[in-house]
Amino acid sequence: MKKIIKYVIADILRNKIVLAYTLCLFVFSFSIFNLEDNTSKGLLGLLNIILIIVPLISIIFSAIYVYNSAEFIELLVSQPLLRKQIWISLFSGLTVSLVVAFLLGVAIPVCIYEPTAVGLTILIVGVLLTIIFIAIAMLATLLTRDKAKGIGIVILLWLCFSLLFDGLVLFLEFQFADYPMEKIMIGISMLNPIDLGRILVLLKMDVSALMGYTGAVFKNFFGTSWGFASSILVMLIWIFVPVVISIVRFNKKDM
Amino acid sequence: MICIKNISKQFGKLIVLKEVSASFNACECIALIGPNGSGKTTLIKSVLGMVVPDSGTIFFKGMNIKNDWMYRANIGYMPQIGRYPDNMTIGQVIDMMKDIRRSIAALDEDLFEAFNMKNLLGKRMRTLSGGTRQKVSACLAFLFNPEVLILDEPTAGLDPVSSEILKQKIEKEKQKGKLVIITSHILSELDELATEVVYMQEGVLRFHQSVEQLHEETGEKKLAKAISKIMNNPLEA
Amino acid sequence: MNMHLTILLLLFFSVNTANANIIRVGKKNIATITEAIAIAKRYDTIFVEKGIYKEHNLVIDKPVYLMGLDKPLLDGESKYEIISVKADSVTVDGFRLQHSAISSIVDYAGIKIYNKHKVTIINNILEDTFFGVYVQYGIDCVIKNNTLVAHQKEEQQSGNGIHCWKSDSIQIINNTVSGHRDGIYFEFVTHSLIWRNFSHENLRYGLHFMFSNDDTYITNTFEGNGSGVSVMFSHGVKMFNNLFRKNWGDGAYGILFKEISDSYGQGNIFENNTTGVYMEGASRIDFQKNTFKHNGWALKIQASCMDINLHHNNFIANTFDVATNGSLVLNNFNENYWDKYEGYDLNKDKFGDVPYHPVSMYSMIIEKNPTAVLLFRSFITSLMDKTEKIMPGLTPENLKDNRPLMKPVL
Repeated sequence: MKKIIKYVIADILRNKIVLAYTLCLFVFSFSIFNLEDNTSKGLLGLLNIILIIVPLISIIFSAIYVYNSAEFIELLVSQPLLRKQIWISLFSGLTVSLVVAFLLGVAIPVCIYEPTAVGLTILIVGVLLTIIFIAIAMLATLLTRDKAKGIGIVILLWLCFSLLFDGLVLFLEFQFADYPMEKIMIGISMLNPIDLGRILVLLKMDVSALMGYTGAVFKNFFGTSWGFASSILVMLIWIFVPVVISIVRFNKKDM
Repeated sequence: MICIKNISKQFGKLIVLKEVSASFNACECIALIGPNGSGKTTLIKSVLGMVVPDSGTIFFKGMNIKNDWMYRANIGYMPQIGRYPDNMTIGQVIDMMKDIRRSIAALDEDLFEAFNMKNLLGKRMRTLSGGTRQKVSACLAFLFNPEVLILDEPTAGLDPVSSEILKQKIEKEKQKGKLVIITSHILSELDELATEVVYMQEGVLRFHQSVEQLHEETGEKKLAKAISKIMNNPLEA
Repeated sequence: MNMHLTILLLLFFSVNTANANIIRVGKKNIATITEAIAIAKRYDTIFVEKGIYKEHNLVIDKPVYLMGLDKPLLDGESKYEIISVKADSVTVDGFRLQHSAISSIVDYAGIKIYNKHKVTIINNILEDTFFGVYVQYGIDCVIKNNTLVAHQKEEQQSGNGIHCWKSDSIQIINNTVSGHRDGIYFEFVTHSLIWRNFSHENLRYGLHFMFSNDDTYITNTFEGNGSGVSVMFSHGVKMFNNLFRKNWGDGAYGILFKEISDSYGQGNIFENNTTGVYMEGASRIDFQKNTFKHNGWALKIQASCMDINLHHNNFIANTFDVATNGSLVLNNFNENYWDKYEGYDLNKDKFGDVPYHPVSMYSMIIEKNPTAVLLFRSFITSLMDKTEKIMPGLTPENLKDNRPLMKPVL
């Protein structure tokens, strides 16, 4: 299995896009810390990258990579290898490359300018979101053989998670404004990894605003170490479930 | 060596294989023939585990292949269209395969030398012509000295010289007692190689006979003619 | 000339005779302070040596200077009011008081001043008292350098640290108050000064201020109180260089201004509060050179306020700068520094070229629907905020800074 991971990583590094991604993240994070006069505004810019750009790049890059590796996968499947191993190797290869790219691009500036709890939370959330969206992308590629259609699907998924879902939640909130929605909102936010990540950062960044009554309900849940741990756990489930489903589907896939 | 029992496969509404059963043994050279879309490649891919049949079982050396994967170490497969990662060079692909297979048996580099692949090692897969890709596929199929060779349209796209080299290689391996399964449209090239003929049509295995038997029944020396004779006379099938 | 000398001499002798006696309380001398006060004459000084004194309720009924040496301990045994000051010109200096009675009917205190003038409470430590220092109908009293610590649990069953009622010209200087209901409590107190105090972790307010006109408070720190600081129904309040920190909660404000008028605030710092300043029904307030930093809402200003003049303040790293509940704006927000301002200063006059709208659309949404706070900083809300900036629909259009500063005010 290690060998396949090695080949996958070598292959990803060969096509330069990951290098460009690393460089872009690096330049971007450095410049926002340098341009802004206070670091909290820099962190805000960084948060936007992590909640929007990182999932987008992760999901699209992974989908394209899996589609482009159809031949490679086909070749491997005809060899004496377990299909599960092939798929996990592919996932691990993508994860290692993109996570390393993310850490190189973002962790260095964060460690220099903002080595605080907020900075650390942003890094953790960024890494988890990267992996989650790789997992989602890999599952999505198994839905259709058509590359164009597949990329369309993943862009739509990204749009759902980053925009449409929140729009719907906002709509629901106003529809049910007269009911106590706090607990339900906590449940709903678990359904979207981007929201979950955002809230984790928010609790470190905007503590003052979140300490209001409603905020306090959230703070009491997410702000405790138990809440933090369970949020991380839910994000791990967001990795685990798509990976397991995609393995099952890949095992049945016809080449 | 390979025993196929009642396998069926459907892609959407299209029935590709319908209750196919067959059994292939060592020392045989099977000519798997049939019109386009008759299910030949699907049958081969089922044997390789690349396509998962909807029903039925396949045994390799008496073992069900369903949850097995090590059996593929005994098979050399040359696909119809060799598709390889675009960014890798021929050398890298070959090295990778060696790395993955970790075969203890001595490597068979006959074809590698015959096709003069050494000069091509540094070339990227995406720059290769269809013929050269076929050569790479052929080299890889024979490289690990497998007991079973599955060759899907092996000579398509090859120049006559290379084609001849490959045929000689197949003949040689057959002599060694291996099981060779070949699909081809060009029936004439199977004349010299095949010992058995399997004919498929619309997902159904129409007949499975030895070449001698076929010659006797039809009185034709050429495979092509023999087949067409049978086909024109469905009662015999 | 002679006349003057005679008066001077007379004055000298009269004062001299008044201070003539020193009475010592301790193991080798008089055993209790009560006895000492009984034998003391007016303006005597009573030295109390180190030790534990259980005086039940110590009543000081003549003007004496009561001085503790090495902080003698007065224990109220949770049954009595420890010191009751019932004479003018009393000084209580250098004692340690603990365990006053607790009652829900009577306001027992560590030290209580009953309708007197010129009482000084200085250098004392009060621990576990119900009310700490209680001034009623006091005039010209000084409460200075005291430390008041309590560990009260419930708002209903707790007293205030320094409690002043219907008093005038009180000075409260350099005290540290914690763990009470309200750190410092003013009701009907006028012309008074609160200076250099540290009021922290009190159950309700760090400073509670009602119907108290023309008071000034300077350089105090209010930190981590249940609901921050509340200033209500008063006018002529002046506040300089105070620090309001870490007041967290739905009803917690760095400072709450309710029905305040003709007041002035300068150089105050509001840091890490859920809401920095909350104004309701306030009018004619000049608020300048204050700094709002890392607050949830720097300023919540209800539509019932008018003639509030905010200028040369710094708004830095707040989640929301300004929130309001209506569209009517009768206040002035010009010439402040807002770190969220994104405009340019092309003519180099140190003012931004386009106005700044400090009310974000999302803060309006949260005002209406607090649960929506969970969606804060999401893509969709940023989009909504940006759209709102271009085409204001929900936010009050007149609430804007026409001349935003490009650099913070120092």
